[in-house]
Amino acid sequence: MSDLTRLTIAEARGRLAAGDFTASELTDAYLAAIDAANPALNAYVVVTHDKACSMAKASDARIARGEAGPLEGIPLGIKDLFATEGVHTQACSHILDGFRPRYESTVSANLWADGAVMLGKLNMDEFAMGSSNETSHYGPVVNPWRAAGSNAELVPGGSSGGSAAAVAANLCAGATATDTGGSIRQPAAFTGTVGIKPTYGRCSRWGIVAFASSLDQAGPIARDVRDAAILLKSMASVDPKDTTSVDLAVPNYEAALGQSVRGMKVGIPKEYRMDGMPEEIEALWQTGIGWLREAGAEIVDISLPHTKYALPAYYIVAPAEASSNLARYDGVRYGLRVPGRDIVEMYENTRAAGFGREVKRRIMIGTYVLSAGYYDAYYLQAQKVRTLIKKDFEDVFHAGIDTILTPATPSAAFGVADQDMAADPVKMYLNDVFTVTVNMAGLPGIAVPAGLDGRGLPLGLQLIGRPFEEETLFRTAAVIEKAAGRFTPQTWW
Amino acid sequence: MSVDIETVRRVARLARIAVSEDDAERMTGELNTILGFVEQLNEVNVEGVEPMTSVMPMAMKKRDDVVTDGNKAADIVANAPATEQNFFLVPKVVE
Repeated sequence: MSDLTRLTIAEARGRLAAGDFTASELTDAYLAAIDAANPALNAYVVVTHDKACSMAKASDARIARGEAGPLEGIPLGIKDLFATEGVHTQACSHILDGFRPRYESTVSANLWADGAVMLGKLNMDEFAMGSSNETSHYGPVVNPWRAAGSNAELVPGGSSGGSAAAVAANLCAGATATDTGGSIRQPAAFTGTVGIKPTYGRCSRWGIVAFASSLDQAGPIARDVRDAAILLKSMASVDPKDTTSVDLAVPNYEAALGQSVRGMKVGIPKEYRMDGMPEEIEALWQTGIGWLREAGAEIVDISLPHTKYALPAYYIVAPAEASSNLARYDGVRYGLRVPGRDIVEMYENTRAAGFGREVKRRIMIGTYVLSAGYYDAYYLQAQKVRTLIKKDFEDVFHAGIDTILTPATPSAAFGVADQDMAADPVKMYLNDVFTVTVNMAGLPGIAVPAGLDGRGLPLGLQLIGRPFEEETLFRTAAVIEKAAGRFTPQTWW
Repeated sequence: MSVDIETVRRVARLARIAVSEDDAERMTGELNTILGFVEQLNEVNVEGVEPMTSVMPMAMKKRDDVVTDGNKAADIVANAPATEQNFFLVPKVVE
């Protein structure tokens, strides 16, 4: 049965419709793969065996009745940040101990309405704060990729590390993820998978545990570009329950695949050529430029002058919003409670025990930059810089650029418990240097695998698009995918 | 700008996070590293620039001012660590 887990969503969809196998057989194959692999990879924090089996059975019944939905019988993993009714939802934090919501997030509800099957909840950095999946209360996820000739454990990136690892290791057909500063695209790049962060407002944030509300967006991580397009079509919707959800019909993204990029203007921003960037990343970028040029796109050098300020501005805006959003975890309404002599001490003890180091660090930064006397110097300044970052993009799009090509990350996957990163939080933050600009401007961005480095580890390229032009990203990413081929790790687990 | 350990203790109190002496010392170093990193924003000329309030230009959605939800007290307290008759229980706050 393990062959079934190698199928893409598009392939499985066709063969389920043809009756080659049942949704229950497909789900069983995935559950068996998870049970075998999870002790080594730690991608899932909860596997919902019974729920998966009953959902698959219901899918088989709908297929038999000729009522199959667009994702009928497709087994998916759900990031632990999405509220799933009656099922563990903790944002991989200790402070949400035992939390089982009485409601379902809009994004996951959309997937179930289209016939998808839930396999379980995926590991992630605590409250989506991290770039290596090492801040999870449930321990790090191990990347299914290893460097050639090495047994050393590598991180899958973060914060959607469980999502990326599960997709790469065939432990789900596709996964939901979220991206606040790069949390879909960086792990996708580290695992040879495709990840898209759509335009802010495309997917409803209702029922997603909030980190930084003006930056958070949901999106899929998938095996290939087509699967990402299929998943985003189902995840995206117009939702009255999220006031930032945009009133715009969801297009059929899959239809964009195979369309030519001839005549398309692809911008190459000079500011993304960073000091100390490995030569392999630069070479990969040049290779990607070559592929798009050969496919008929026009390559245009562009400038996004405020690029270097995106990451520092992010580390004011995101922690400020996080400090406010995470104020709700007080030991009263849900999750952990640690007693104290009075109510304030109960709050303080609960939050001290319930939040991990990185989360506390960000709450502290956020509280500080919003505190009396510092608001103008930090928060207001950062929001002004954010306006300038967005204007940089608007200027190049106004000048006719259709999409922007950049590296996805400044390096390939690094080791679990990397000493340099542990010693200096800013080093870890630099992982998001190419992705964070996109969140600050609210734009769509996709990471697509483009090659392997000298040690045999996957590297990705990023395409950035105009607001709500995800179709352009899928169309262009498909050209890169066709030229680069697909990358799968050797099974060792 | 940099913070001293007294400021860290004050911010921790504002954030309602209990910190030990060791925590406060470690956090002082970490916060100063991050504040040092974000300091480069001061180089940017922001004269006449409006601070961003909404990343996508859109009018705030409004709905009719009617009751659309409710009658689910049991659901709301279902996950609370301590409840009684659909009330959240907390340590006594009034003497």
